[in-house]
Amino acid sequence: MTRIMKYRVRVMLLAGLFAVAFMLTSVTAPVAQAQNKDPIKIGFSMALTGALAGGGKQSLVAMQIWQDDINKKGGILGRQVELVFYDDQTNPKNVPGIYSKLLDVDKVDFVVSGYGTNLIAPAMPVVIDRDIVFMGLFGMNNNHKWNYEKYFQILPAGPSPAVGFSGSWFEAIKAFKPKTIALLAADAEFAQNLKEGAVENAKAMGLEIVYNQNYPPNTSDFTPIVRAVNSKKPDIFYIASYPNGSSGLVRAIAEVGTDAKAVGGGMVGLQYAGLMSGLGPNLNGFLNYDFFVPEPTMNLYPGASNLIERYQKKVKAENLKVDELGYYLVPWAYAYVDILGQAVNAVGKIDHEAIAEYLHKTKFTTVVGDVQFGENGEWTESKTLAVQYQGIKNNDLDQFTKAGTRKIMFPADIKTGEVKPFNELR
Amino acid sequence: MRESATVLEPSPLTPELEKRGVVVFLELLINALVAGLLLGGFFAALSIGLSICFGLLDTVNIAHPTLIVAAAFCTFILNSTFGIDPILAGIIITPIFFGLGWLIYSAYYQFFEKTSAEALRGLAFFFGLLFITEVVLIMVFGVDHRLVEARYIGESISAVIGGLEFSVPYRLLTAFVVASAMTLGLHLYFERTFFGRAARAVHQDMMALSLMGVDPVYIKRMAFAIGLSTCGLAGALMIIIIPVEPAVGRLFIGNVFAIVVLGGLGSISGTLVAAFILGIAVSIVSTFFGPSWAPAVSFGILLGVLAFKPTGLFGVGDTR
Amino acid sequence: MRYKFEIGCILVLLAAYLFTYLEVNRFLYVAGFPILQFVMIATAWNILGGYGGYINFGTAGFLGVGSYTAVALIQWLGAGIVEQVIIAGVVAGFLGLSIGYFTLRLKGVYFAIATLALAIVLETFVNNWDFVGGAAGISFLPPRKPELLGYVFIDSKGGALFGNTKEYLFFIMAVLAVFSVWIARSIEKGKLGRGLNSIKDNEEAAECMGVPTLRLKLFATTISGSLMGMAGAVFPSFLTFIDPLTAFNLEFAVNSLAMPMIGGTFTWIGPVVGAVLLGTVQQWAIVTFSSELNLLILGVLLIFFVTVAPHGIVGWFMKKNK
Repeated sequence: MTRIMKYRVRVMLLAGLFAVAFMLTSVTAPVAQAQNKDPIKIGFSMALTGALAGGGKQSLVAMQIWQDDINKKGGILGRQVELVFYDDQTNPKNVPGIYSKLLDVDKVDFVVSGYGTNLIAPAMPVVIDRDIVFMGLFGMNNNHKWNYEKYFQILPAGPSPAVGFSGSWFEAIKAFKPKTIALLAADAEFAQNLKEGAVENAKAMGLEIVYNQNYPPNTSDFTPIVRAVNSKKPDIFYIASYPNGSSGLVRAIAEVGTDAKAVGGGMVGLQYAGLMSGLGPNLNGFLNYDFFVPEPTMNLYPGASNLIERYQKKVKAENLKVDELGYYLVPWAYAYVDILGQAVNAVGKIDHEAIAEYLHKTKFTTVVGDVQFGENGEWTESKTLAVQYQGIKNNDLDQFTKAGTRKIMFPADIKTGEVKPFNELR
Repeated sequence: MRESATVLEPSPLTPELEKRGVVVFLELLINALVAGLLLGGFFAALSIGLSICFGLLDTVNIAHPTLIVAAAFCTFILNSTFGIDPILAGIIITPIFFGLGWLIYSAYYQFFEKTSAEALRGLAFFFGLLFITEVVLIMVFGVDHRLVEARYIGESISAVIGGLEFSVPYRLLTAFVVASAMTLGLHLYFERTFFGRAARAVHQDMMALSLMGVDPVYIKRMAFAIGLSTCGLAGALMIIIIPVEPAVGRLFIGNVFAIVVLGGLGSISGTLVAAFILGIAVSIVSTFFGPSWAPAVSFGILLGVLAFKPTGLFGVGDTR
Repeated sequence: MRYKFEIGCILVLLAAYLFTYLEVNRFLYVAGFPILQFVMIATAWNILGGYGGYINFGTAGFLGVGSYTAVALIQWLGAGIVEQVIIAGVVAGFLGLSIGYFTLRLKGVYFAIATLALAIVLETFVNNWDFVGGAAGISFLPPRKPELLGYVFIDSKGGALFGNTKEYLFFIMAVLAVFSVWIARSIEKGKLGRGLNSIKDNEEAAECMGVPTLRLKLFATTISGSLMGMAGAVFPSFLTFIDPLTAFNLEFAVNSLAMPMIGGTFTWIGPVVGAVLLGTVQQWAIVTFSSELNLLILGVLLIFFVTVAPHGIVGWFMKKNK
């Protein structure tokens, strides 16, 4: 027994050593004193593996393009910019640790968020604790409970994001004079928020909700769901889905058919190159949200087309395994760090109080047009587009880089087509 | 609980409307049953290989769904570069997965079987394999969702029988036919051939096999390789039915193990039946009660069956 | 000395408290929390899995129940962390008891799959339960200055027991981890542990020898489940956000089984070593490699340890010195 005890003690010591070694490596990691020649470090967590990795990797490439750009222009405050980032594996659990490491060990000068609402949420308390500026990338209503005055969010869904997100879409369907609506959403945070907003919009329009359900993430066959929806005979079929479900629903609707006049709304993934080319003609008729499409009226976003072109070239040249087109996130991921850079340069020093104040009161001009943040750090107006897929003939990816496949239906001032009933375009 | 926020006001029921209601219900029910059966076929394709590896050989191959995803990516490559039909591609890559199975089992045998370590230890091994496979997939194919194109995707046959409208998507029909054929073939192979009977006996009495002049290790390795070779076609079916990304396999771990256990370990036909049961359950629940309850119902069925028949539906012998 | 272990426990807790007092580097508390959580989860798992030989594959289910009990309490009563932990422990313990009772006849893989099924059923229920946020998840603000019996114990300006919430949670987690290790050790050294071991070796023989297998198994599932629930209860407060995907993550099932196995399942120290080692490596990998490589490291490590050290690190050490 004593002998066993002895080994136990040894093993304990070994484990202890590991722990101590870990702590030492993290504590004694080069803690650079901020000097004028040192780079400005911007830290963030990003989903590079797991369910949201598609968006995360795309964003990272865009941010790296921005890094090159700003460094060519002389950097921030005359110092070069360095991005410090870690993979959060699309698991919120990893996020507090990452931000703590960034702030306490890497001593980054600024932090920005990773991609997606549930990966921003766990970073909020860490950031608020330090009282520093926090730029958010596609978070849905993250600041709702905190009301943190130094949080700024690039998702262009307006002051009330959940409702604003589907606002354009519901404007677009008014043409059909609908009476009934069916709602379907993925069992996941973003989709649930979208549906909640859609319900509010539907109620405001006086629509009767005839179907309101969620589907779990591993749903393989959507035909029973589509049939159940069809049996309620809705005029409108609002879908808030994740990539798996979006693709499954597009196919199931192609197979089973529907009499709804408008189908889609919050289908994440239909903007991805892989899914667009994979689904091809089956997409015709879907009315969905988007943020940037290669339509002629989109030139109100100066530089966005150019940026996307550079992104596509970079992806091809470096053979990166990311979205080939990059319409969905690239301009926004570029803009949210760009705005931070602009603000810091304008303030002229690293003073989070002053930077936040500047961010609040300034109208920024970026690759995504003019950005103005409101009280809660959300955009003052919604810039979400309602687009309809039309005239897609095959599975060729190139057609999606040209105008005409995703025509803008709303906002009215930049629209490039008239919204048509779903079945007319099939 | 989340339910329909508003329900249709009960409209005045004229006899005609009432009849229409019955027709709608019948249509939904029959379509749900058919769709469930087809979905069950897909589930069977995913789990049949595991039924052999896990049910017959006791190797807790938790990486099975992820290896299917790997096969799906291979199918994607063959389809997008050479335009090969996905099912054909699935057949083409089958030998690769057979070889892979051979290798994996050799390693597994070396480290675990030989030292008669518990199955639990093997579980950790297969978890490791799962992570490594995922990383390789991410590095080779990236993290984006991939789909394939084939004539039978996005189309369906529909018919009107007795005033009721049916439609069956070709995509799921293909999965059903291929999976059924695969299962039937394997079932016959393991029932009728000497090798199959030996494989079924191998976990019960290794000694007897040795006395009969059969090398049990060879039998096991062979059976494991056959089990893994089903990944080829299963992967092809997977990418026909859902978009594939490297982590998608994790979503199916619960399902495939539930099916194998529900069917009863060691019973290949039981796996097929269990897959149909879960497919139909999912489809009925999705149609009538709301899809978000589907997992609770299918796993509830599993728990219920295990409570009353601890060896699963068609399981025999002891509850290992 | 009779109470060597107990004194050790108290020393560890003192050290943990001093550690929060020193304010060395806030990252260490945040990174240390998951490691301590894993120590607790692995230890809890090992009571049933290591001593009794019943493989629980539904760790995430018990953890999720703990987490969501805490969420419900916050939503409903605005309860503090201590109440959350205690009630979550009771609820998860009750769940363990009923699962133990329900799946009594199941052995080996059947039991493992039944627990996995349970976790999925529970996740589905939480997904459909809007009060705790449903599938969208829920976030909440930690109280800025929580009080216990009128005494403010967290104050960032100093003067209180803890400087901030993360330190406080770190200490709570340390207490819980030490508590669970103490329980596991007591079980191992007592009649219970011997009984469970006999079940592991041969259940029928144990039964014939008059070992009350049923009672022992129920006891083990209850304790194990309850500890897991407690470990889960602290989770929402730590993240200030929880959604079903996070609470019922497969990662918990993997780690709860891999950690004891890597450390060694036959003694209380095995899971501790495994959890500290694997947990540390994971935390380190996340903040070192900014890519999929951290997943690779986990995979390679798992395979390496189960092939090289079939009886865990502790077993390996003991064999070497035989």
